[in-house]
Amino acid sequence: MKIDKDQVENIAKLSRIRLTELEREMFVHQLNNILFYIEKLNKLDTENVAPMAYTSDVSNVFREDKLKPSIPLQDVLINAPATKSGFFKVPKVIE
Amino acid sequence: MTYEVVIGLETHAELATITKLFCGCSTKFGVEPNTQVCPVCLAMPGVLPVMNKKAFEYALKAAIALNCKIDEFTNFDRKSYYYPDLPKNYQISQNYHNMGIDGYMDISVNGTISRIRIHNVHLEEEAGKLIHPEEVGADYSLVDFNRAGVPLLEIVSYPDMRRVDEVESYMQTLRKILLYTEVSDCKMQEGSLRFEASISLRKKGVDRLGNRVEIKNLNSMKSVLKAIEYETMRQRDVLDRGETVDRETRLWDEVNEKSARMRSKEESQDYRYFPEPDLLPVLIDEKWLRAIKDTIPELPLIRRQRFIETFALSDYDASLLIDEKILADFFEECVKILNRPKSFCNWITNDLLREVKDRKLDIYHLKIKPKQLAALVEIIEKGTISSTIAKEVFSEMIQTGKDPKTVVEEKKLVQISDEGLIEEIIIKIISSNPDAIEDYKKGKKNALTFLVGQVMKETKGKANPKIVNEMLMKKVGV
Repeated sequence: MKIDKDQVENIAKLSRIRLTELEREMFVHQLNNILFYIEKLNKLDTENVAPMAYTSDVSNVFREDKLKPSIPLQDVLINAPATKSGFFKVPKVIE
Repeated sequence: MTYEVVIGLETHAELATITKLFCGCSTKFGVEPNTQVCPVCLAMPGVLPVMNKKAFEYALKAAIALNCKIDEFTNFDRKSYYYPDLPKNYQISQNYHNMGIDGYMDISVNGTISRIRIHNVHLEEEAGKLIHPEEVGADYSLVDFNRAGVPLLEIVSYPDMRRVDEVESYMQTLRKILLYTEVSDCKMQEGSLRFEASISLRKKGVDRLGNRVEIKNLNSMKSVLKAIEYETMRQRDVLDRGETVDRETRLWDEVNEKSARMRSKEESQDYRYFPEPDLLPVLIDEKWLRAIKDTIPELPLIRRQRFIETFALSDYDASLLIDEKILADFFEECVKILNRPKSFCNWITNDLLREVKDRKLDIYHLKIKPKQLAALVEIIEKGTISSTIAKEVFSEMIQTGKDPKTVVEEKKLVQISDEGLIEEIIIKIISSNPDAIEDYKKGKKNALTFLVGQVMKETKGKANPKIVNEMLMKKVGV
């Protein structure tokens, strides 16, 4: 598999970032290098090896359903670029 | 052309925990915006989620109640998308190892049972709430994150439904199961229970499914049914014109009762699911599974069948009773005290439900107790009060929580069975209604009913109707 400019553009779109033409070319190159490395790994026989998503053996970590205080509204909104009557104010979204 | 409608439902139910899925913020509904949030549900850098055990167990319980296969291993995945109601830019959900898969739920339509398969049941976090201001020209939306992180159960059915009445039964049955298992309060007006429908049409006899359209923004069960009817007609028109139905998501417009395209499936989102590294997997052993299983009560459809068989109730009566678990429990308590199922069933499904509706009572906090209703039925049978008077007593009981005997004494409602007293009143009524006597002698049978009514009126309903009837017949010479 090879990554082309369109795929890089699509990934950029999904990640909500804007790339310059130069950056696009750079990422095509970098991502292809990564895939090249992965392809090498793919040559290994992993037929009987379960995919590993977790590196630790720990499981079943829970908390009890007990209330903890929330934070004050002024702290909640402190970093918000825009607010209105206790809400975060964001550019209009319509579906 | 005749088409077959193929319908599947996705259901979201907020779980009835006190706190959110990954933090200790309250899940209470209807508070001031952004007052139940913390760094975790706001996705501040560096915070870590910790799973609410109760939420996990509720989801597991629902998966078991829906007859799902439960894998020993389960974990959580990131579902990435950008939307202002989602602070992390990903939702923690389950994709590769759901809580349960391949389950089923039996539904009953006009007494016929059919089995709807459940594709999967999984646990995820709720998003925040977006508010779109109504002012003209407003170029902003408002976000409240109180709901963000509330535990949400998603139940995905197979497209096994073919008719609107099946969909209705599916929704009702599922709601009842979630209520019976007490995993969700299912308050649709608070958004605790929401449905999305996917609909496709295919020519009768064809195996392959047609292009599927998903309908969102369905705020009530009624909207679901209306939206399905609308969508069926829309797709039928498209197919009849020889065109193909676009695979898309449509939004239901409740006011105008139609749907509009939201997004086409071609430009559908790429969620890039991958295992959530911030949460550890959960292993479910036999012991834990059994302990959860033991907390599942008898489910509605099975209970209904038992009511029909054990108490000789009609299908209709049993269905009414099991509709609300609390009422079915009330009924069973009554029957335990006094074995008069039919009588209790009538009181509950007629009088009790009517009073609840008229007086807007909360069935979860009724003042009347099962042993009081049993006592009422007992004094009716003994003849202490007539069944007419009993309605009045019942109404007082449900409002005040008083014992029936207390109400009867306070209101002096004891039935008059004293024949001497009744005779006096009958003589009085006969002498003041000579016309009715004449009519009766001429053969008008209902004149007697009229006279009985007069005696009852005179005694404010307290005369024993059986005695009144017998004595009147004697007096007018039958």
